[in-house]
Amino acid sequence: MKPEDSKVMRLQDAVEKYVTDGCHLTIGGFTLNRNPMAAVYEIIRQKTKDLHVYAHSNGQGVDELIGGGCVSHLEIAYGGTGKFMPTCIRFKNAVQENTITVEDYSNFQMTLRFLAGAMGIAFLPTRSSLGTDIINKWGFPKEFRKQHDRIPNQKLVVMDNPFDGWCDTKKVVLVPAITPDVTIIHVQMADFRGNCRIEGLTFADVEQAKAAKTLIITCEELLDDDYLKTDPDRNQIPFIHADAVVKVPFGAYPTACFKYYDYDAAYMNAYARAAKDDDAYQQYLAAYIFDCPTHTHLLDKVGRGRVESILADRNRGYAKNLDRK
Amino acid sequence: MDYTLRELMTICAAREIKNGDIVFCGTGISMLAAMAAKNINAPDSVIFFETGAIDSKLEDIPLAVADPRIMYHTSANGGLMEAFCTMQNPMSGARIVGILGAAQIDIYGNLNSTVIGEYTVPTVRFSGSGGACDVASFVSRSIIFMKMEKRKFKKKLDYLTSPGFLDGPEGREKAGLPPGGPDKVITDMGVMGFDPDTKQMFLTGCFPGITPDQILDNMEFEIRTDRAVEISLPTETELTLLREKCDPHGLIL
Repeated sequence: MKPEDSKVMRLQDAVEKYVTDGCHLTIGGFTLNRNPMAAVYEIIRQKTKDLHVYAHSNGQGVDELIGGGCVSHLEIAYGGTGKFMPTCIRFKNAVQENTITVEDYSNFQMTLRFLAGAMGIAFLPTRSSLGTDIINKWGFPKEFRKQHDRIPNQKLVVMDNPFDGWCDTKKVVLVPAITPDVTIIHVQMADFRGNCRIEGLTFADVEQAKAAKTLIITCEELLDDDYLKTDPDRNQIPFIHADAVVKVPFGAYPTACFKYYDYDAAYMNAYARAAKDDDAYQQYLAAYIFDCPTHTHLLDKVGRGRVESILADRNRGYAKNLDRK
Repeated sequence: MDYTLRELMTICAAREIKNGDIVFCGTGISMLAAMAAKNINAPDSVIFFETGAIDSKLEDIPLAVADPRIMYHTSANGGLMEAFCTMQNPMSGARIVGILGAAQIDIYGNLNSTVIGEYTVPTVRFSGSGGACDVASFVSRSIIFMKMEKRKFKKKLDYLTSPGFLDGPEGREKAGLPPGGPDKVITDMGVMGFDPDTKQMFLTGCFPGITPDQILDNMEFEIRTDRAVEISLPTETELTLLREKCDPHGLIL
């Protein structure tokens, strides 16, 4: 590798350079797993505003971006993290108080929209949601769509199957492509140029990564030149899509990272408690985000003992005896 | 043997799952029902998740559909695209049973998990569809968990997130959806099915000590109750396996 091929950056610099006010952003992971949390916290720390966020089911990361005041528009399928927050709390409050504008899709539709973006095609068809309010009710009205050239002129379009009933299908709904300005994913391993290896489920990370104009990768392990290329069957994203690579151990914390660490149930319970109360939430933001210049500081504040308690059993991929109450 | 309502509901759902079924499950009690079926009455059922894991071993109960516990010892770990293709694949899709929950349900088994009130200015916001609308659109049958309350069994939903039979027997076909739809509604007072001709909900069974009238008092719409029978109590084996094998730390129960 030539030194000039390296895309390695500091997290502060990558976020400052690429995640600008008003940009269209999507993050990898799912509910309480492999959300790029270190990057989310850095975005909040930099007080980035007016983000347009695309999410299938990014529970924790999206809720914190909303709670941090970074989001104005959200296209989403599911705002929840499972047991800890069946409905994400800052998301719920922001929608009810009308401080963000939200538009609903299904998980498969969001996945298809990212795939369409990655393929460079305007839309893809599905039968999901025919007959439902996901088609009928729009979050962004027609006028708003006309004024914003980054948003398609319609939400979803129902169309007769032009192949006359082929595959027992009379109608389809067309879902428009998403081309985010920035996708941020957190992976187990990446190299200096941005080749990536994800362990466990990939969710829609690969589609999200390839749809974006800019891809920021945070990783548990940053590896030398040829390490990932010696076992390429296990890699999912080639370096040609990558723009920035940042080594951030525990970069998905408090969400899980398969084979490295579990989610931190104690953190997520404490977060949910704080999220219910505006004053408590401001204290949370101050203590865990604004008073912590980096993710390492946040981990130190939580305490190394707690962090060690969630370390994954390498064979199972999670912390077998973790107290998850 | 004493049991809680939640245990009874879980066991009722598990009894609906047969060997050979591929069970799609969401978070919470739905996941527990799938585990219960596997451990009690349908050891050859297959559990699968919209996030892309198929036939997870589930040594420990997951707390979300992206829990790392679902990624251990699977037949294949993929992503959302693979999972939703499995659901629509004409061969595997026909074997899939979806287990869902919602905030509101109507007489045709349509579900709302998005908002109460106006969509753009809701009084209450919920999580949204996630994969629920996809499952309800694609799979051949689904089991729905609901709490019996008037504000949940609604004449008209505030928002139709996931399709049941839409507006009646031809609803799905007119809209362009594949056949399929809801099969059972499991509540904390009894169980409902759907009439094969009218596609309307009807009462199939009451929990011990509950009368059909008590159930009707907790619904905004009327359903037929003349076919209702008393549901059999959970057996000691069912309860023991549920408590000891599925959720020993009481994380969901």
